[in-house]
Amino acid sequence: MQGSTIDPPETTLDEVVPSSTELHEEIHTDLRVWGLLTFLISESLMFGGFFASYLVLRGESAAWPPEGTEVELLLPTLNTIVLVSSSFVIHLGDTAIKKDDVHGLRRWYIVTALMGAVFLAGQVYEYLTLGYGLTTNIFSNCFYLMTGFHGLHVFIGLLLILGVLWRSRRSGHYSISKHVGVEMAEIYWHFVDIIWIVLFTLLYILTIF
Amino acid sequence: MTQVEDFRDVTVTDGSHNSPPKAWKWYDYFTFNIDHKVIGIQYLVTAFVFYLIGGLMAVAIRVELTTPDSDLLDPNLYNAFMTNHGTIMIFLWIVPSAIGGFGNYLIPLMVGARDMAFPRLNAIAFWLNPPAGALLLLSFLFGGSQSGWTAYPPLSLVTANTAQTLWILAIVLVGTSSILGSVNFVITILKLKVPSLRWEQLPLFCWAILATSVLALLSTPVLAAGLVLLLFDINFGTSFFKPEAGGNVVLYQHLFWFYSHPAVYLMILPIFGIMSEVIPVHARKPIFGYKAIAYSSLTICVVGLFVWVHHMFTSGTPPWMRMFFTISTLIVAVPTGVKIFGWVATLWGGKIRFTSAMLFAIGLLSMFVVGGLDGITLGTAPFDLHVHDTYYVVGHFHYVLFGGSVFGIYSGIYHWFPKITGRMTNETLGRIHFALTFVGTHLTFLPMHHLGLQGMPRRVAMYDPQFTTINQLCTVGAFVLAASVIPFTINMIWSWLNGAKAGDNPWNALTLEWTTSSPPLIENWEVLPVVTHGPYDYGMNPQNAGVNNDQTIPVT
Amino acid sequence: MKQVPASLLTLLAGVMITLISFWVSQHHGLLPEQASAQAPLVDRFFNVMVTIATALFLIVQGAIVWFIIQFRQRAGDETDGVPIEGNFSLEILWTAIPAMIVIGLGIYSVDVYEQMGGLAPTHKHGLIAHQTAALVAAGDTAEPTIEPSPQYGIGAPAAESARAADLVVNVTGLQYAWLFNYPDSNVTTGELHVPLGKAVQLNLSAQDVIHSFWVPQFRLKQDALPGQATVLRFVATKIGTFPVVCAELCGGYHGSMRTQLIVHSPEDYDAWLAENQIAQSSDLQQKIAVTAEQSDAEMLAAYARAIDINAETLTQLHPNSL
Repeated sequence: MQGSTIDPPETTLDEVVPSSTELHEEIHTDLRVWGLLTFLISESLMFGGFFASYLVLRGESAAWPPEGTEVELLLPTLNTIVLVSSSFVIHLGDTAIKKDDVHGLRRWYIVTALMGAVFLAGQVYEYLTLGYGLTTNIFSNCFYLMTGFHGLHVFIGLLLILGVLWRSRRSGHYSISKHVGVEMAEIYWHFVDIIWIVLFTLLYILTIF
Repeated sequence: MTQVEDFRDVTVTDGSHNSPPKAWKWYDYFTFNIDHKVIGIQYLVTAFVFYLIGGLMAVAIRVELTTPDSDLLDPNLYNAFMTNHGTIMIFLWIVPSAIGGFGNYLIPLMVGARDMAFPRLNAIAFWLNPPAGALLLLSFLFGGSQSGWTAYPPLSLVTANTAQTLWILAIVLVGTSSILGSVNFVITILKLKVPSLRWEQLPLFCWAILATSVLALLSTPVLAAGLVLLLFDINFGTSFFKPEAGGNVVLYQHLFWFYSHPAVYLMILPIFGIMSEVIPVHARKPIFGYKAIAYSSLTICVVGLFVWVHHMFTSGTPPWMRMFFTISTLIVAVPTGVKIFGWVATLWGGKIRFTSAMLFAIGLLSMFVVGGLDGITLGTAPFDLHVHDTYYVVGHFHYVLFGGSVFGIYSGIYHWFPKITGRMTNETLGRIHFALTFVGTHLTFLPMHHLGLQGMPRRVAMYDPQFTTINQLCTVGAFVLAASVIPFTINMIWSWLNGAKAGDNPWNALTLEWTTSSPPLIENWEVLPVVTHGPYDYGMNPQNAGVNNDQTIPVT
Repeated sequence: MKQVPASLLTLLAGVMITLISFWVSQHHGLLPEQASAQAPLVDRFFNVMVTIATALFLIVQGAIVWFIIQFRQRAGDETDGVPIEGNFSLEILWTAIPAMIVIGLGIYSVDVYEQMGGLAPTHKHGLIAHQTAALVAAGDTAEPTIEPSPQYGIGAPAAESARAADLVVNVTGLQYAWLFNYPDSNVTTGELHVPLGKAVQLNLSAQDVIHSFWVPQFRLKQDALPGQATVLRFVATKIGTFPVVCAELCGGYHGSMRTQLIVHSPEDYDAWLAENQIAQSSDLQQKIAVTAEQSDAEMLAAYARAIDINAETLTQLHPNSL
């Protein structure tokens, strides 16, 4: 019975389903990037929820930020420059592996990881020196929650980059034809970067006006 | 992100199936298994267990409401039951069984894939569910969350803080599960479809799951954002929703309903998909208006994102918002109507087999008409002012969620049980089950409309004595519904063990899942099938009738 | 075989369905009595929807029943049905007709909503600001940041948008009671008394959690929100006693948060007001004036007698107000 329901002729099969082994390998390689992108669209809407809430609360408040809770601008701007430029650096790593240059990949990914670490350290330093805490007022609620949540994402991105570096020690793990992990770490890093730009605009630049 | 690399370990692609066993053993179903069929069954069985738990809570609620006074349960415990009944039924029964259960089991089979795109991610998504349920049950040690499944602040900020926190964590877990599952569905449907299956031959269930997944991906994270803010308000001293410190209580309602209205479609779209599969098979007719039904799923997905304020017509919302969302809500009725008409027209000219699956499908059709029509009345702001937050609403959403979603899940279980287990269900028990469920549903939920119109608010443990008689009628109905689960459970267990052998294709259905053995092989097919005709081509080829289908014979 | 022409049958069915639908919409008896100016508007709208819904219900359910009988599988017949995959004009028809119905209903509902006063809640009526806001803020440590935010709810009907309300009542919801304060006469009660035929404006606020003010016979409901002013304006059209129900889950005893709305003839209302003014002026008026220095519990205790809640219950319900 089963034989009759499953198509036997090899020839037809080859026409329609080109040799399943390669098909699966190929599709499999692409899919993880697709999956990550889909996930990130979803993830960005979580930030969207925070941003919308922030704007609503801001719109209802007489003074934003309230007196005595001004944000610092110099350090965060430097931090922004570090994070935004790290997005270009990580791309150099990706370009390197596309030329089969594992050393280049490692070099640029190490630089990116360092820049990410500098960013996180800058954030922590800012938290320690701001003079107000999470519960001070509604603005500080938003400020710490949003930057904290973003910081968590930077941290995860950093772990992904370190993971790529760890794996790249083994020769042949990443090559010109096999570097999905590298690409995924890069995409995630860009995502973290884009979110930061929006966040920086909302939390820092908009408060000047 | 690396967990998916193990994919190639299970996908033996050269046709030799030496490494994995031919069939799973019973204990495999209790492990972290990455086969989509195991995961599908895990979802269905786990969800059913939670359905029973949520059902017991419903019975407790109805018993309490037999008298106008609060005399059986402590009012706070009543609220905890009411809250967790809703939460469990939505997040741990309908969503995981309809999307997780049927979606996981059927999507790869229907598109001709050997598994989901990311099997390990899939297993992770499932295993987030049991801890979520455990957290909800655990919350009863701390009084249980008592602020309704909507958890509006400030009430949720001031009652049973520990339980409310556990509740939030549970919802975040199932939300994460839902997002991971949706990523998997989208990529599987878009990318793993067997090439010979053309887009216009994709079974409507796949279109429905695709629309559902997109909706889940876009709306769930916003709920997560809202719940994170709530969590911080409860536990970390922030004041996002505390008006005395600059917060805004209505903001939460927007965040909540931006997810939770689409969640209604998360619960009904997969069921619409099941309907589109069950009705043509058992009516022996092609589905009427394939494209209309496929597009209407996508339309519901898009319009459904812009109707959420109809839950807030009596809240702090400006007039323009109330009017805009009245109109968008009314518009979303149109694609739903198109589906209903399509299914009714599918019955016309058919040779209808009254199997248990078909009985539930027709029952759903009938129920959903009631739920849909009273839903339209609810969607208009002027009338909603009267019935918002009353038993009219309770009656309405039970017609669409019980008469709709649960009937659809039952229908799907009866339809695919032979495929899943390789055995037929008992038709007599199935009919008893249907009769009890059908009568019980009307008896429980129809009178509720009257209660609401006359002035009984929802979520109350004590009520005006004038409503006693109708409430007692509802309680009787609830007992009938509780009893209806007994023949079903007996049927499932008995048939799984002793049912008649089903064969590969007992319904002579044409979709791809019926081309493999029952239960399917571990990787679904020895050789991937080749599609030669549409999924609903009944009556088009004389060979289809009576003969085991000719699905895979290529047209030359 | 004498066959009745199908067109005649369809016509007959159509007439029957129409007649039944209209009859049902006039005789369903589902709604309670009408006691406000808005109630007949809502009911007429509801009845239109019932007419349409009954017709659709009969058509669809009738079709289902007819089809499952007519097209059931006959014994021994193992063949398939007719392979019809769709019918474009039919599909257009059943998309277009519901679309027109819902658009019609949408326009009608905007119209009804406007007549009810739903489009003008933000209209400011003279200088009557939200005194309850001050009342609520009084016990809290918060600065008087609660400013008169936009008022959501139901305002004056289009016809009388320029007219200020005849009577303003400040309504405060708290677990689990309603407080009604008449700012013009300094009367505070636990039941709402209003005169027949006068425009009454309720300024709603909530003390602790969200409550929802609902009078089923008025067909009106509006949430009372902490921190956001809402408004509900109506004209009572029937003398009598009607329930005031809290419709938004507000805690364990949400179901018992009920009181009464009593519609008096204008003369009776004046008499009631005078009586209560004398009774309350001696002690309460003074206390209202100094609420700013009182704690919540003290402030509430003053009202507790008026609304028949004993002080211990109040303290239990508001542990945080001590």
